[in-house]
Amino acid sequence: MENNHMKLEFLSKSNNESFSRVVVAAFASQLDPTLEELSDIKTAVSEAVTNAIIHGYEYGEGVIVIESTISGNTIEITVSDSGKGIDNLEEAMEPFFTSKPNLERSGMGFTVMETFMDSLVVESLDGKGTMVKMTKHIKNISDKER
Amino acid sequence: MYLNMEILDNNLIVKLKGELDHHTSEEVRKKIDKQYNGSSVSNIIMDLNELTFMDSSGIGLIMGRYRNTVDKRGKLIIACENMTIKRILDMSGLLKIIELYPKLDEATNNI
Ligand SMILES: Nc1ncnc2c1ncn2[C@@H]1O[C@H](COP(=O)(O)OP(=O)(O)OP(=O)(O)O)[C@@H](O)[C@H]1O
Ligand SMILES: [Mg+2]
Repeated sequence: MENNHMKLEFLSKSNNESFSRVVVAAFASQLDPTLEELSDIKTAVSEAVTNAIIHGYEYGEGVIVIESTISGNTIEITVSDSGKGIDNLEEAMEPFFTSKPNLERSGMGFTVMETFMDSLVVESLDGKGTMVKMTKHIKNISDKER
Repeated sequence: MYLNMEILDNNLIVKLKGELDHHTSEEVRKKIDKQYNGSSVSNIIMDLNELTFMDSSGIGLIMGRYRNTVDKRGKLIIACENMTIKRILDMSGLLKIIELYPKLDEATNNI
């Protein structure tokens, strides 16, 4: 696969959750992923974007940027916001930790991203914003049982 | 997101169709709660088989409705055969407290 890159910028409105994960999935489809790989990617992107909306920009709308790079059979996806940031990242990434139990959040977002992707790196600066970087290796068609 | 609700005996049967995420889950929650709190049924059966997408917002939704059934001394059970959704349910530990059946009729027969 030839290398490729895309960038998507949108407002932190909840009706953009569906739109943004579908765009990334469409971009990823050049790697000819299976339906399962595609739904893994969609779900992980949805988690990161939802976090930017409900946590990052909890005090007001802002811009979310998604960049994605395809190199070889690997897709890298970064989701960034310039929102409030995370002060205790280690605690935030623990399964079941949520700062918003009253909103019926379960604290599973980072765990879902970790499980459905091959790697997950989160960088955050308190008061400045958060960047989530995830990669997934898409298996060659010949390796797959279709 | 399309929601279909039906009351059968002591059960509120909720069929979800489409994409369940943070954007759609709030309206779904309000509609289910209104129906459940406004009737005398104590059990909820959630059919996830026509969902095309679910993220952790769905976990929050199911967890919250489960708590409501505990308050009313009822049960919540799920019908789902979608692998990706089942992985998320399993990951969250929900399947340790909530019974899951592949199909709605099996869920209805086992409540
Ligand atoms: N982009 C972000 N900006 C600020 N805080 C964040 C961001 N992403 C995550 N967090 C913090 O990390 C915590 C854990 O995130 P995670 O996605 O795992 O769970 P959640 O969003 O609370 O619940 P769920 O994703 O299950 O609905 C959040 O409760 C929040 O405090
Ligand atoms: Mg989250």
